[in-house]
Amino acid sequence: MAQHANSENPNVNLAYRRKKNAEEMKRQVISFVLMILLTLIAFFAVGYDKFSHWFSIPFILLLAIVQVMFQLYYFMHMSHKGHEFPAIFMYGGVFVAFLTVWAFATIVWW
Amino acid sequence: MHVEEKLTAETFPAEPERATLEGKNKFLGFWFFLGGETVLFASLFATFIALRDKTAGGPTSEELFQMPVVFVATMLLLTSSLTSVYAIHHMKNFDFKKMQLWFGITVLLGLAFLGLEIFEFYEYVHEGLKYSTSAFSSAFYTLVGLHGSHVAFGLSWILTLMIRNAKRGLNLYNAPKFYLASLYWHFIDVVWVFIFTVVYLMGMVG
Amino acid sequence: MSTAARKKSLIWDYLTTVDHKKIAILYLIAGGLFFLIGGLEALLMRIQLMKPNNDFLNGDLFNQVMTMHGTTMIFFAATPLLFALMNAVVPLQIGARDVAFPFLNALGFWLFFFGGVFLNCSWFLGGAPDAGWTSYASLSLESPGHGIDFYLLGLQISGFGTLISGINFLVTIVTMRAPGMTFMRMPMFTWTTFVASALILFAFPPLTVGLLLLMLDRLFGANFFDPALGGNTIIYEHLFWIFGHPEVYILVLPAFGIFSEVIATFSRKRLFGYSSMVFAVVLIGFLGFMVWAHHMFTVGLGPVANAIFAVATMTIAVPTGIKIFNWLFTMWGGNIRFTTPMLYAVSFIPSFVMGGVTGVMLASAPADYQYHDTYFVVAHFHYVIVGGVVFALLAGTHYWWPKMFGKMLNEALGKITFVLFFVGFHLTFFIQHFLGLMGMPRRVFTFLPNQGLDTGNLVSTIGAFFMTAGVIILLINVVISSISGKKAEADAWGVGRTLEWAVSSPAPEYNFAQIPLVRGLDAYWLEKMEGKKGLTPAEPLGDIHMPNPSVLPFVISLGLFVSAFGFLYHNDYSWGLPVAILGLVITFGSMFLRSIIDDYGFHIHKDEIIEAEKKGVKA
Repeated sequence: MAQHANSENPNVNLAYRRKKNAEEMKRQVISFVLMILLTLIAFFAVGYDKFSHWFSIPFILLLAIVQVMFQLYYFMHMSHKGHEFPAIFMYGGVFVAFLTVWAFATIVWW
Repeated sequence: MHVEEKLTAETFPAEPERATLEGKNKFLGFWFFLGGETVLFASLFATFIALRDKTAGGPTSEELFQMPVVFVATMLLLTSSLTSVYAIHHMKNFDFKKMQLWFGITVLLGLAFLGLEIFEFYEYVHEGLKYSTSAFSSAFYTLVGLHGSHVAFGLSWILTLMIRNAKRGLNLYNAPKFYLASLYWHFIDVVWVFIFTVVYLMGMVG
Repeated sequence: MSTAARKKSLIWDYLTTVDHKKIAILYLIAGGLFFLIGGLEALLMRIQLMKPNNDFLNGDLFNQVMTMHGTTMIFFAATPLLFALMNAVVPLQIGARDVAFPFLNALGFWLFFFGGVFLNCSWFLGGAPDAGWTSYASLSLESPGHGIDFYLLGLQISGFGTLISGINFLVTIVTMRAPGMTFMRMPMFTWTTFVASALILFAFPPLTVGLLLLMLDRLFGANFFDPALGGNTIIYEHLFWIFGHPEVYILVLPAFGIFSEVIATFSRKRLFGYSSMVFAVVLIGFLGFMVWAHHMFTVGLGPVANAIFAVATMTIAVPTGIKIFNWLFTMWGGNIRFTTPMLYAVSFIPSFVMGGVTGVMLASAPADYQYHDTYFVVAHFHYVIVGGVVFALLAGTHYWWPKMFGKMLNEALGKITFVLFFVGFHLTFFIQHFLGLMGMPRRVFTFLPNQGLDTGNLVSTIGAFFMTAGVIILLINVVISSISGKKAEADAWGVGRTLEWAVSSPAPEYNFAQIPLVRGLDAYWLEKMEGKKGLTPAEPLGDIHMPNPSVLPFVISLGLFVSAFGFLYHNDYSWGLPVAILGLVITFGSMFLRSIIDDYGFHIHKDEIIEAEKKGVKA
C-alpha cells in the first residue's frame, strides 16, 4: 500500500486515496455514533434523579471533554500530520480558558 | 502548485486545503483564530458560571429549561457537524456536486437549530426572563446569543461560498475556503457541547 | 513601479496599500501622532500638579486627561509603534517577500486607526472617558455622559485590529521564513514578536468580553455588574487584568527584542546566550498569564489566592534576570559603539532593573496594601513602560529609521534627544516613588500644601518638561533628516547582522529579488565574514508574485466607525439605530465583496527586477 501512495501513475494514486478517504470516513461515522452516545448518557445522567449533584456534574463535564476531543481530533482532523502548530495554539487557548474559568469559579468574591 | 490551475480528480492534491502557500497560511491563521475564540468563549462561560444562580427573584434555570428542546437542538447541531465532515470527505475526493449537497444539508440543519433557538428565547421572554431581568438572564442570553450569532455567521459564510462557486467547481483557490468554513462549523459545535453541558444540563441539576 | 497604471496619487496609494513597509510607515505616523497627544495630556497633568491647590485643570477635566493619557499611550501609541517596527522589520528579518496576510495587515491598521480617532472624538462630543484606563465597572457604570461609551467602542474596534495583526505575525513567522531560517536562527526581535503575538491572541479576547459586558450594561440594559440584580463588579476586574497583565508583556517583550538587536549590533558580538534568551522570552510569555491577580491584592481574594499570585509574580523575575545578564555579557568584551540607539539600550538596563525591583516589592501581597493606589505604583509602571518600552521605541526608531525611510537621522540631535529624555524621565518618576511612600494617592487632581509633597511634585513636573524638549528635538531631527538627511546605505550602520541590512534602504517593493538561503544565526553577518557582498540566493531570479492593493480594509473599518456612533447614541436619538445598522451593512458588505471577488494578485516581471536591482546598486 505504502508504495502505491508514491506511485507515479495518478490513477493508482487516486484509487489509493479514495480508499483511504473511505476508511477515514468510516472512522468519522464511528466517532459520530460515540458522540451521540456520550450525549445520551449526559442527558440521562441529569434526568436520572438518583445521582447526586456531586456525581452528575463532574460526570457530564467529563463526557463533554471527551466529546470535544472527538470533535477536535477526528472531525477537525487534528490527528492528521501537520497539525503541530494548531495543537500548540489550541492547547494554549485551553490553558488560558482553564485559568479563567477556574478563577471565576473560586475567587470572584461572592 | 498554483491556485488558478485547472485540476482533475487525478491531479487534485490529497490535502487541497494546504497545497498552496495561501491555503497553508489560511489554514494556520484560522486555527490560531480558533485558539483565540476558545479564550473568548471561556471568558463568557466563566462569567456565566459566576452569575448562574444570581437570578434576583426572576425565573431560575431549573424553572425554565426544557429537556426536549435542548435535546433536539443538540442532535441537530451534532448531526450537522457530521454532514459537514461528509462534505469535506467529498471535497477531498474532488466530487464537487456531493460536497455542495452535504454542505446544503448542513445549512438546513443549522437553520433548524437557529430557528429552535429563536423559538426558545421567545418562550423564555414570555415566561418573564427578559434580558434585563437579572444578572443570570444577561449572562445566559449573552453567552447563548453569541453562540447563536456564530451559527448565523457560519451559515451565511457557507451559503456565500456555495453560491459563489456553484458554477466553477473546485480549485485550489476555493478549497481552503470551504475547509475553513467547515472547521468553523465544527468549532461552533464544540462550543455547543459545553453550552448544553454547563448551561442547560448543569442548570437543570441546579 | 510595475506599470504606468499603478501610478496613483500618494494618498490613494497609502489608503489602499497592503505592503508591509508602507503599513509600517502608517503605523509610525498614526502611533506617533497619538504618542504626541498622550504626551500632551501627561504634560497638562504635570502642570496641574506642579504646585498645591492648583486650578489649571479642574477635577473633572483632570480625570478625563488622566484616563485618556493612559488609554492613548497603551493602546494607541505603544502598541501601534511596536507594530510599526514589527511590520518594517520582521518580514525582512526572516527573508520573506511580505507578511502572510497583506490584506488583513492593512485591515489591522485601519481598525486601530479608526478606533483611536473614535476615542478622541469624545473630546468634542461631551467629554472624554473619566474612569481611568482600567475603567473599573463600579465607577464607569456611574459615569454620566458618553465618555465611557467612547472608550468602550473605540477600544473594541482597535482591539479587533490588534488581534488580526497578532494572528498575521504568528502565521508570517511560522510559514514565511526563508529556507534555512530555522526557529533557533531567528533574530531575537522576530522571536519576541512571535511570542508577543501569541500573547495578543490569548489576551485580547478577555478584554473584548470585558468591554462587551460593560457596553451591554451601559447601553443595552444588562446587569453583569449591577449588584442590585445579582451582578458582580469583580468579574470586570478579573477580565480586565487577565488581559491587562499579558498586555504588559505584549509591550515589553518586543522592547526586549529591539534591545537584543541593538546591543548585539553595536557591541559587534553575537548575542550572548541566544538560546537562553529564547527560553526566557517563552517562559515570560507563559508565566505572564498566571499573575494577573497581583493587580487585585487589595480586592480581598483571600490569603491563599494572594499568596499564589504573589509567588507566581516573583517567579517572573528569574527569566527577566537571565535576559539582563545576557545583555551585560553581550556587551562585555565587545567593540562597543555608542550610537543613539545604543545609548538608549545601555541606559535601559539600569532603568528597567529599577522598575523590576519595585515590581518584586509590589508583588509581596502584604506590602502591596501599603503601596496600592499610591504614586509608588505610578513610579513603578512608568519605570517599566517608559524605561523599557518607550526607550526601546526610541532606540528602534533611530536604529531602523534608515531602513524605513532611506535616510539617516542626525546623530548629534539624536544624542541631545537621548540626554534630555533620559534626564527628564528619571527626574519625573524617581521622585514619585517617595511621593507614593509619603502617602500621595494616584489619580488625584491636586494636593494640599505643607504635607511634604510640594517639592517632589515640582521636581517631577520639571522632568516632564525635559522629556517634552527631547521629543521636540526628535521631531526637528525627523524634519531635518527628510529635507537634507544623508542617504542611507543598505547596511546603514555598517555593522548590521540580520537580513534586513542586506537589502537596499528602503527595501524594494518585493524585498528580496531572490529569497536568501540562511546558513546560521546572524545570517548577513556570516556572509560578510566570509567576504561575500550579498546573500546566498535560494532560488533563481524569476517573476515575483505580489498582492493587489485594496481599499476594502479602509471601508470595513470606516463601517465600524460609523456603526459605533449609531450604537453610542441609540438610546438618545432615533437616528442611532439606523446609523448603527448602516455601518454594519458597510462593514459586512465589504467583507462579502472581499469574499466573492477573486484576488489572485499580480506579478512583477523578471526584467523589471533586474533593472530595479541595478538602480539600487548604483545609488
